[in-house]
Amino acid sequence: MARFTAEFENPDDARLLLGKIKNLAQSCDQERVRFMEVCGTHTVAIFRYGIRELVPRNIRLLSGPGCPVCVTPNSAIDQFIRLSRMQDVIATVFGDMMRVPGSDSTLEVEKATGADVRVVYSSLDALNMARANPDRQVVFFAVGFETTAPTIAATLFAALREGIENFFILPANKLIPPAIRAVLDTEDLALNGLICPGHVSTIIGSRVYEFIPSQYGIGAVVTGFQSSDILYAIYLLLRQIVEGKPHVETQYSRLVSDDGNPDALKIMYRVFEPCDSSWRGLGLIPKSGLKLRGEFSRFDFSNRFDVSTAESSEPEGCLCGEVLRGKKEPHDCALFGSACTPEAPVGACMVTTEGTCQAYYRYREKRS
Amino acid sequence: MGKLNRDEHHGPEFVTLAHGSGGKAAHELVTRFFLPYFDNPILRTLDDQGVFNIEGRRLALTTDTYVVDPLFFRGGDIGRLSICGTVNDLAVCGARAVYLSAGFVIEEGFSIEKLERILLSMKEAAEEARVAVITADTKVVERGACDGLFINTSGIGELPEGVEISSKLVEAGDVVLVSGNIGEHGIAIISQREGIGFETEIASDCAPLSEMVDAILAVGLRPHAMRDPTRGGLATTLNEIAMASGVEVEIEETLVPVSVPVKSACDLLGFDPFYVANEGKLVAFVPERQAQDTLSIMRENRYGRHAAIIGRVVSKGEARVYMKTKIGGRRFVDMLVGEQFPRIC
Repeated sequence: MARFTAEFENPDDARLLLGKIKNLAQSCDQERVRFMEVCGTHTVAIFRYGIRELVPRNIRLLSGPGCPVCVTPNSAIDQFIRLSRMQDVIATVFGDMMRVPGSDSTLEVEKATGADVRVVYSSLDALNMARANPDRQVVFFAVGFETTAPTIAATLFAALREGIENFFILPANKLIPPAIRAVLDTEDLALNGLICPGHVSTIIGSRVYEFIPSQYGIGAVVTGFQSSDILYAIYLLLRQIVEGKPHVETQYSRLVSDDGNPDALKIMYRVFEPCDSSWRGLGLIPKSGLKLRGEFSRFDFSNRFDVSTAESSEPEGCLCGEVLRGKKEPHDCALFGSACTPEAPVGACMVTTEGTCQAYYRYREKRS
Repeated sequence: MGKLNRDEHHGPEFVTLAHGSGGKAAHELVTRFFLPYFDNPILRTLDDQGVFNIEGRRLALTTDTYVVDPLFFRGGDIGRLSICGTVNDLAVCGARAVYLSAGFVIEEGFSIEKLERILLSMKEAAEEARVAVITADTKVVERGACDGLFINTSGIGELPEGVEISSKLVEAGDVVLVSGNIGEHGIAIISQREGIGFETEIASDCAPLSEMVDAILAVGLRPHAMRDPTRGGLATTLNEIAMASGVEVEIEETLVPVSVPVKSACDLLGFDPFYVANEGKLVAFVPERQAQDTLSIMRENRYGRHAAIIGRVVSKGEARVYMKTKIGGRRFVDMLVGEQFPRIC
């Protein structure tokens, strides 16, 4: 593992790449070059290495919708909060979900006031809980992109095989390529290139991004997470602009192939099929979510529990939606850093480590 | 806003786990609700220990309650932790721990074999730190009323004459040292927590720092401030000191010792090692001319082999911590905000 990271963090390589980036940025003949990093892990890495201030001033790095907690809409959160209040229910979630404000509560608050909410690290832990508590109903809040969906699919396979009847999921998994399309369809965004996610692409491969150059005329580079990875991706995107040949490149080829991981995709699509899905900030995106197929639909919580909620509402004044589309930056939001901080988050992007607002807050210039 | 538990005027209506995570929420809980009831000049300093005079002798008193899951982990257990943590809270103000008390809350049904393992490890840690547990208490509670075993220890120690160490005494020009690789305790714990269980050899750094501090003080070195960075990690401790003294601290990322396994585990989990817990590390702010000698003495100690100078205090005035990144960038380092959870994707 260490071999996969240390050699991509060499300060000499970084200096070399920064030199090349500067040269290209000068010759690319554009006043402002705007790249978006789709994935939250990239946002954090870019801050952690201090890359924003090392690249030439005419390069602007925008953060995208690639944080699974952030894009989960309040309607799903409200439903899950309702579920957690039910007798006999053990509500299981990834830790980051605990503090996301729904319309009128959070899971953390529900837990403190009596709900049985438990943090798990994997859907398989949630299934174990169902095995260990046959008299309780265990519901797992299935969020995440193509990286988590195959594990959840494998979990449901196991549940089906064992005939487990007290295990359910709230399916809220999402797919990255349709979200990228929705972002690119956003008016006035004028992106010049995309830094595409590394982890997700290990599953879905790089070929799926072909629509980006062919339909939107900009480059896409599948990128790793160390400093040299990210700088090299910026270099490649600039080179594509200078050469006038936008295409898909894989900088992260040590882990990502053209077709991704066929086994993982196979199990994912055996259990799930694409469906229209609501994203915070991006609204309803066609075929951007995953719903359970026929024989697996018995694991869908909605077949067992009635948690129809009143109209869900977004917090007043919160710009998370705009931030997730790259339309606004966190400090454009009046709540940022004052009413909304990681201790008392108003919007989802401030809750999780990989949320854009939290990254901006943690690595901001001065303590506010 | 009631349901969201953050009424701006009256504060939270009830305690949540966020209040226990060592960050700003915990700080608010203490200052807003505890301090007004117990207020006095010693407590008001909000240091890890209270320092007071009795008949001309300067004594320090500290208390800490230990709740850890799992109870046994690579490199230690709750017993060793409960001795070392209290010894260290005294050591960082220059006080030599002498006597400890220990209180146990035990869940009905707790295995005697496990209890004895924990007591043995407390005995060994106490011998190593040369302290004696001179009073103790046990309570057994019904199944479910606690998670296995909770331990509270308090400790009292004496400060040598003329030793004045406080996070408020840092000066511009001070050099910042850390006594070894950071993040080992936190990664050891999470790697063994149910549901994660990734393969690693990383062991907790849980250790008493009293001998190291004694050695530093014995040769006449006088650090301005010392702390043992636990929950919240190195970054939180540096911020606490920067705020207490009103100084700007600059850290060089390449100088901060992080072992390769901890670095890899952090990459995997999406953690930043600067925020991961330690249980046997010393952070010292020392006058520049004492830096090399302090470093040598740290390195002579068995728990300080990887000690390093990691930065310095740039100026007095603005309280903040900066880091020069490996690739030459510069970024602000905040306290731990919220809690670090393993990444979802």
